Amino acid sequence: MTIAVSEPRLTFRQRLAVREIDGVSLLVVPALLVVIALFVYPFLYGVILSLQPMKGGGLFANYIAFFSDPYSYNTILLTLNLALPVTVFSLVLALPIAFRVRLMKRQRILTTILVIPITLGTVLVADGLLNYLGPQGWFNRVLLAMHLIAHPLRMTHNYWGVFVSLLITGFPFTFLMTLSYVSGVDPALERAGATLGAGAARRFWHIYMPLLVPGLAINFCLSFVQNFSVFPSAELLGAPAGETRVMAIAAYEAAFQHFDYSMGSAIAIIMAIVQLVIVGLVLAGRNFFYRGSTTGGKG
Amino acid sequence: MIRDTTVGSKLWSIVVWVVTGFFILNVAAMMATVVLNSFATRWLQSWLPAAYTTRWYIASWKEFQLDQVLIVTFEIVFVVVLLSGLLGVPAAYALARRNFPGKKFAMLLFLLPLLVPPMTFGIPLATVLYQVGVGGAFWGVVLANLVPSVPFVAIVLVPFIEQIDPKIEAAAHVFGANIFQLFRHVMLPMLLPGVLAALLLVLVRTIAMFELSFLVSGPSSQTLVVALYYSVFASGVRAGQSIDAMAVLYTVTTLIWLLIALRFVNPTQIVGRAR
Repeated sequence: MTIAVSEPRLTFRQRLAVREIDGVSLLVVPALLVVIALFVYPFLYGVILSLQPMKGGGLFANYIAFFSDPYSYNTILLTLNLALPVTVFSLVLALPIAFRVRLMKRQRILTTILVIPITLGTVLVADGLLNYLGPQGWFNRVLLAMHLIAHPLRMTHNYWGVFVSLLITGFPFTFLMTLSYVSGVDPALERAGATLGAGAARRFWHIYMPLLVPGLAINFCLSFVQNFSVFPSAELLGAPAGETRVMAIAAYEAAFQHFDYSMGSAIAIIMAIVQLVIVGLVLAGRNFFYRGSTTGGKG
Repeated sequence: MIRDTTVGSKLWSIVVWVVTGFFILNVAAMMATVVLNSFATRWLQSWLPAAYTTRWYIASWKEFQLDQVLIVTFEIVFVVVLLSGLLGVPAAYALARRNFPGKKFAMLLFLLPLLVPPMTFGIPLATVLYQVGVGGAFWGVVLANLVPSVPFVAIVLVPFIEQIDPKIEAAAHVFGANIFQLFRHVMLPMLLPGVLAALLLVLVRTIAMFELSFLVSGPSSQTLVVALYYSVFASGVRAGQSIDAMAVLYTVTTLIWLLIALRFVNPTQIVGRAR
C-alpha cells in the first residue's frame, strides 16, 4: 500500500525565495543597470561602431588602416616600451621596501605619505615635474652642484618625464598591494626556514618568492593596465607627437579631434585587446607556480 | 619576526631605506616647487624665488574663473556622491545578505569598471554620451563618474555589511518592526560609519578623477582638475606662477577631504581595488 504524500505546494514567491531571490536581492538591480548601461553597453557599442568605418570600406577598414600606418601601429610599441619598464621597475622597487616596512610598527605614517601622490593624480604631478625636472629645476641644480653632470639633463618633454611621472603616481599603488601580499604570508614559515639554517637570501628565494608569485602577478597586471593607458602625463610631460605618442593619445585624437568616433573606438578596442593579451600571458604564466594557502599549519 | 644581524643584511636595510627616502624626498621637493613658485614674483636661474607675493592667487582666480569652476566641481561631486550612495549601498546590502543565482557574475560586473583603466572604457563611453546628447554637459560628467563610483561603493561596503550580525535585523522583525522602522532605527545607525567612509572616498576620487571628466566635459562643465589640465597644456600662454597657484588650490581642495577621509579609513582602501 502506498501512502500518497502530497507535496506542499509552494507559491511562486516561495520558490523564488528558496533560491534567495526576494525583495532584498532585488536591491542590486538599480546599480547593475547603471553598470550595464554605462559600462557594458558602451563597450559593445564601441565594438560595433568600430566595424562601421566613417570613410567606408569593409567591416575591418579601421583596423586595416590602423595596422597599415606606421604612425598608428607604432603607438602599440611606444606604449609597451613605456608601460612594461615602469611596471617592472616599480614592482622590483616595491618588493624590498615592502619587506622592510612589514617589520615596522608605524606603517600607517608611511602608507599615508604614499597615498598622497595617488590621490593628487597625474595632472598635478605633471605640473610639478615640469618645474622640478626642468633645466632650471631643483633636480638638475642639485646634480650640477654635486658635479655629477656637466649640463642639465633633459627630463621633460621626452620619454623620461613620462617615466618618472608614471613611477610617482604608480609606485605607491604597486607598493601598497605588495605590502598586503607580503604581510599575508605567515611569518612562521620564515621562522621555520631560519631555524633550519637558511640565510635571508635563501629564505626569500625559497620561501617567500614561491608564495608571492601569484599575488605579484595580479599586482603586475593591475599596475601594467594603468600604466598602459597613460594619457595626461604623456600629453603634458612627454612628446605627444613623438616618442610618447601612446595609444590613449592616438584614440583621443581620432575620436575627439578628428571626430572619427569609429576610428577612435577601433583604437580603444585594440588598446583593450593588447592589455588583455599581456594580462592573459601573465596569468597563464602564473599557473606554473604554486597556488594556494600562504599560511603555515598542520597538514 | 626575524631580524638578521649580519653585516650584509644591515647594509641591505640601509640601501632600502635610502631608496625609500630618495623617492619621498623627490615627491616632497616636487610639491615644494609648485607651492614656492605659486608665491614667487620671479623664479629664474636661481635656487629660490627672488621675492614672494600672493597676487598670483588673485590673478589665477580671475583668469581661470575659479569660482565658477569650483561651484561646478562641487555640484558634480555632490551629485555623484549622492547617487553612488543611493545606488551602491542597497546593492552592497543585497550582495552581502543574499546568495542569489548570478551573484558571482554581478560581482564581476562591479569589479570590471574598477580594474579597467578609465581611459580604455572612457572613449567608447564618451562617444555614447555625446550621441545621447549629454556629452559636454553637467549630466554627462555625472554619468561618466558614476561608472567607477557606484561599483566602488558596492564593493567596499560588502565586507562591512557582512560583518554586521543578521540576527539583529531578525530580532527587529520579531519585535514587529516594519521595513521603514527597521531601516530607520536598526540598519541606518549600523551602516552609517561604513557608508560615510565609502562616500568620502568617492568624493576624493571624483575630485581627482581626470580622464572621465576630461573626456565628457564641455566648457561649462569642467571640473577643477580638468581646468588645471588645460592650463598646464597651454602653459606657454599664461604665467607659470598663476598655473601653480591653481595647482595649489586643487591640492588643498583634495587634501582637505583626503585628511578627513583618512580619519575614518585605512590609507590602503583609497587604492580601493580588489585584492
